[in-house]
Amino acid sequence: MTTTEWAPPAPTTADAAAVVVRGLGKSYGGKAVLDGLDLEVVRGECFALLGPNGAGKTTTIEVLEGVRSRDAGEVQVLGADPATAGRAWRARIGVVSQGEGAAQALTVREALDHFAAYHSRPRATAELLAAVGLEEKAGTRVGRLSGGQRRRLAVALGVQGRPELVFLDEPTTGMDPVARRQFWELVRGLRAEGTTVLLTTHYLDEAAELADRVGVIAGGRLVEVAPPAELGAELRRVATVSWLDGGARRSVRTEAPAAVLRDLLATTPHEVPGLTVTRPGLEDVYLQLVDTPGGDR
Amino acid sequence: MITTLDAPARPAPPSAARIALARTRLELRLFARERQQVVFSFAYPIVMMVVFGSVLGGDVLPGGVPFPQYFLAGIAATGIMLTSFQSIATSIAGEREAGQLERLQVLGTPPVAYFAGKAGLVLVTAAVQLALLLPVAHWGYDVPLPADVADWATFGWVAVLGSLAGTVLGIAVAGLPGSAQSLTTGVTAFAVVLQFFSGVFFAFPELPGWMQQVAAVFPLKWLTQGMRSAFLPDQAAAFEVAGGWEHGRTALVLVAWVIIGVVVCTRTFRWRQADR
Repeated sequence: MTTTEWAPPAPTTADAAAVVVRGLGKSYGGKAVLDGLDLEVVRGECFALLGPNGAGKTTTIEVLEGVRSRDAGEVQVLGADPATAGRAWRARIGVVSQGEGAAQALTVREALDHFAAYHSRPRATAELLAAVGLEEKAGTRVGRLSGGQRRRLAVALGVQGRPELVFLDEPTTGMDPVARRQFWELVRGLRAEGTTVLLTTHYLDEAAELADRVGVIAGGRLVEVAPPAELGAELRRVATVSWLDGGARRSVRTEAPAAVLRDLLATTPHEVPGLTVTRPGLEDVYLQLVDTPGGDR
Repeated sequence: MITTLDAPARPAPPSAARIALARTRLELRLFARERQQVVFSFAYPIVMMVVFGSVLGGDVLPGGVPFPQYFLAGIAATGIMLTSFQSIATSIAGEREAGQLERLQVLGTPPVAYFAGKAGLVLVTAAVQLALLLPVAHWGYDVPLPADVADWATFGWVAVLGSLAGTVLGIAVAGLPGSAQSLTTGVTAFAVVLQFFSGVFFAFPELPGWMQQVAAVFPLKWLTQGMRSAFLPDQAAAFEVAGGWEHGRTALVLVAWVIIGVVVCTRTFRWRQADR
């Protein structure tokens, strides 16, 4: 049997990797949140960190952004160690954290105009407002925005400085379906410009929609890295053949559903009632992956 | 030769001075939108002047100085301390708790640009505050304004250095651990005690020696003394603890607070609350 494990595009030079993490460890109060996490993000790709709440997604991203210290491991982001990198490095990364970080008394337009002063080549405020769909809220104070609108402002602020690498920490939490789709368009637009995107999410459809590769984080490590369609390839090979046998449902989990069917059909001359053959979907695979021992930490 | 596809060269980030200017504009705009803060900052010294001027207006202090004249120096200094030290410490703690400083951190904001924005706010608000207080004291309680250009100049440099020193003290205190709420309580209590120690309400020379010595460590004592030198007649200098106005020492202490404070705060400033 051949394995279908996906090999990540091996960077030939250090320059081809936007992010390289080896053995990242971080504890809070003696409790390990990250425990030897390895991660590589190639320039120009969109990488999604997928995992349950408390799995260490935000901690990982914050270490990469250089705003949180680490206890162990090596980290390189755009060729520099985030713990010591300076302003020129910060200008190359964009951060969309879980709060927008603008004063509540400012209007959306004032906030964008103000933060433009921190960048050497800021995107125009009008362009940003259009990109995140906040044109009609330009004159509204930040404190009066809905949760989803604040997320959109956070996204606009994160990409204002034309970053080479954008960190998006649960960017669509609290957005309605229309806003989410609009946000996905925005991310595709960034990708088209060559921006590397590293996002965390607990929405599987978002990861499947946007990411070239998905890393599932559980128990402080990456338990699997693969393109969304190939995630959990091992798990997906197992199909479930199920049918009704005299009114009772019978199920067989197997890697060879055709053989099971052949036997079943050979012993059943008539129609098989309630016959189904199913394979796990992305969600089933994900749930199994994060349910590994220690995975609920 | 290996060639890599480089992004077009990125210009250097804007200078700290440019960001400081943007920060000052922002701070002033936010201050103006906080009605309570505006009313409190501008009305407090005037209310205190009216209360103390009305109650103790007839008292005369050593050197034949009428109480309102002595008190104007103290309340002008106190007003500066409130708009600088107290409001800066509490606003920084609040901004940190609200996650606004995290945004500044990820933008790579130089701390000194952030501090300069705060200082810009303090200088403007202190100027407005004094511009409102002085006429009330002068026409309401017959307090003479600084007698000549030299006294006005003294008033000017003392006010500016005092504002900056107070700002630095506020930034330093905002770095202490604890929630914004607990910090606000602590800062307010500290400011009240410091006012009594620094000779705002009582004649400084009449305070116990240990109180004078504690006060001498902080800017308010020097700010108050400097203000007295601008508002009181020259002969009142003889009644100071040192027997003179000590302009040199006043400038030295306040400048030391500003310079040493900025250097220390730039290195120790925390953009976010401590790790969980």
